[in-house]
Amino acid sequence: MDEVLATQEIDLRPSGRIALLKDFWSYFSENKGAVAGLVFFIVIIIVAIFADFIAPHHPNQQFRDALLQPPFWQSGGDFRFILGTDAVGRDMLSRLIYGSRFSLFIGCIVVSISLVVGVILGMLAGYFRGKVDTFIMRIMDVVLAFPSLLLALVLVAILGPSLINAMIAIAIVQQPHYVRLTRAAVMSEMTKDYVTASRIIGVKTLRLMFVTVLPNCMAPLIVQAALSFSTAILDAAALGFLGMGAQPPAPEWGTMLAEAREFILRAWWVVTFPGVAILTTVLAINVMGDGLRDALDPKLKRS
Amino acid sequence: MLPYILRKLGVIIPTFFGVTLVAFVFIRLLPGDPVLLMAGERGMTEQRHAALMAEFGYDKPIIVQYGIYLKDLFSGDFGTSIITRQPVLKEFFTLFPATMELSMVAIFIAVAVGLPAGMIAATKRRSFFDHAVMTGALTGYSMPIFWWGLLLIIFFSGILGWTPVSGRISLLYYFEPVTGFMLIDTLLSGQSGAFRSALAHLILPAVVLATIPLAVIARQTRSAMLEVLSEDYVRTAKAKGLGPGRVIGMHALRNAMIPVITVIGLQVGVLFAGAILTETIFSWPGIGKWMVDSIFRRDYPSVQGGLLLIAGMVMIVNLVVDVLYGLINPRIRHTD
Repeated sequence: MDEVLATQEIDLRPSGRIALLKDFWSYFSENKGAVAGLVFFIVIIIVAIFADFIAPHHPNQQFRDALLQPPFWQSGGDFRFILGTDAVGRDMLSRLIYGSRFSLFIGCIVVSISLVVGVILGMLAGYFRGKVDTFIMRIMDVVLAFPSLLLALVLVAILGPSLINAMIAIAIVQQPHYVRLTRAAVMSEMTKDYVTASRIIGVKTLRLMFVTVLPNCMAPLIVQAALSFSTAILDAAALGFLGMGAQPPAPEWGTMLAEAREFILRAWWVVTFPGVAILTTVLAINVMGDGLRDALDPKLKRS
Repeated sequence: MLPYILRKLGVIIPTFFGVTLVAFVFIRLLPGDPVLLMAGERGMTEQRHAALMAEFGYDKPIIVQYGIYLKDLFSGDFGTSIITRQPVLKEFFTLFPATMELSMVAIFIAVAVGLPAGMIAATKRRSFFDHAVMTGALTGYSMPIFWWGLLLIIFFSGILGWTPVSGRISLLYYFEPVTGFMLIDTLLSGQSGAFRSALAHLILPAVVLATIPLAVIARQTRSAMLEVLSEDYVRTAKAKGLGPGRVIGMHALRNAMIPVITVIGLQVGVLFAGAILTETIFSWPGIGKWMVDSIFRRDYPSVQGGLLLIAGMVMIVNLVVDVLYGLINPRIRHTD
């Protein structure tokens, strides 16, 4: 046992890790789009963290003298409200800046919940096979039988409309993808010699599952996490738009769009900017996810 | 072939019962008194409450309740809407053609644009066109379609005034539905201008609904084509001196189609999710808008029935796609 652990540790020593990271980066940085996506994503993170310092106004402060004021470059606009104001005189730019917090928060929570639960369930199914496997996978089939947004909507109807409940609903809906990926990866790892060897020398089940096997299944999971981060943002915005996500006056981008709907033909800016924010964020993450996939999983590389 | 279909059915039937269980449990998980939720009456007396409790079977053990629910389902009783007092099944099939028409036109647009775009991008790899298609596809794939719909309304309805903002047809026209498909019914009715009106109403929602499938199909076609173009038989065909039209059209396209068809089939679930948003934005009187409205009106029997019917539809379409896929590709039929 000590010997096996020792050899494992050799692989994971700092030098090995740094070499791996370097290798990964040289693949990843080949893809210019992916690097641009990463840079944009980092900018959004910085904006979200320092929103208090960057935003010119408080997101919910209403300027009664400036309702539906256009952006500064249009007649009637001024530099006090660079991207204009909404129907109750709140600064669009500040709301968009604070909105980035919601989207990143949603992405992080949804991915964490569905990743952790999905990995555990997928690991159980792939490791034990048999009845456990059938039971878990049938439940996942049922979840997948519903169009994801519809199931999320109904779950929110049960739980009550709020940001937290929307996140739980989206996490449940995304669950099956992680379970399937983990299960498939675990099943292929289980046939390999190192697993048999670890078993023979008596490595305990839990340790075998999560310390020996799991690290070798991470590549597809990391890619899935990146892609489902963007799906989570889109779905949460869609739920917000339908009135089932974050509730007003929260400056969540989808909720902002829902509030802006009635002014669509009068004030283009209240409708356009939140959508641009959603699109660019999601696009950046997807481009980055594509780059991650190519770098982590050369087998899947779509030249 | 038969064992393959049976194997697929073996998976789908337990899943269907799981879906009925979800729909059954849904009503019981809602906060509040289920009798009040299902009956939707105000100021109910205690006798009436007890009578309804017995009528709905809520006084029986939960297993028996589920049994009754299944029995009702198999006799075609999917519940009754609280708002319209109509059977849910009837409501669903009245609205279904609207969603069906929208989805079919959307998938037509997605295939008609996405397929050639992906093919040309693959054959002219690393060209300007290739980059443009891939950028466009990635943008479409990342698009919040509810916002995309609003943008199109601002531009085409607001600024240009070309298309109406909502509904399926102008109120000027009235005729009895024959097929439920507005484009066909307007032609059958013979009223001048009716078809144009229906088409003008349809085009924006269809484009919005087509966006994500289009992006997925273009990407998938391109990568499937690229893979096939590097195969030995394509090189052989080229070496034999066949022209590029024949190499791509005859040899490459046929084999590249197999994964593409699967992807098109997989878009059905995506279309339903998209229909929820698209129909809400354009007030399109279909299943998606009906589900959202039912949730907001707390018309829970409709939500319950609709949930089951939609999941059932998606499952049937996926089964058909699986079977077709097995027919085209013997390798799939004989493995796993």
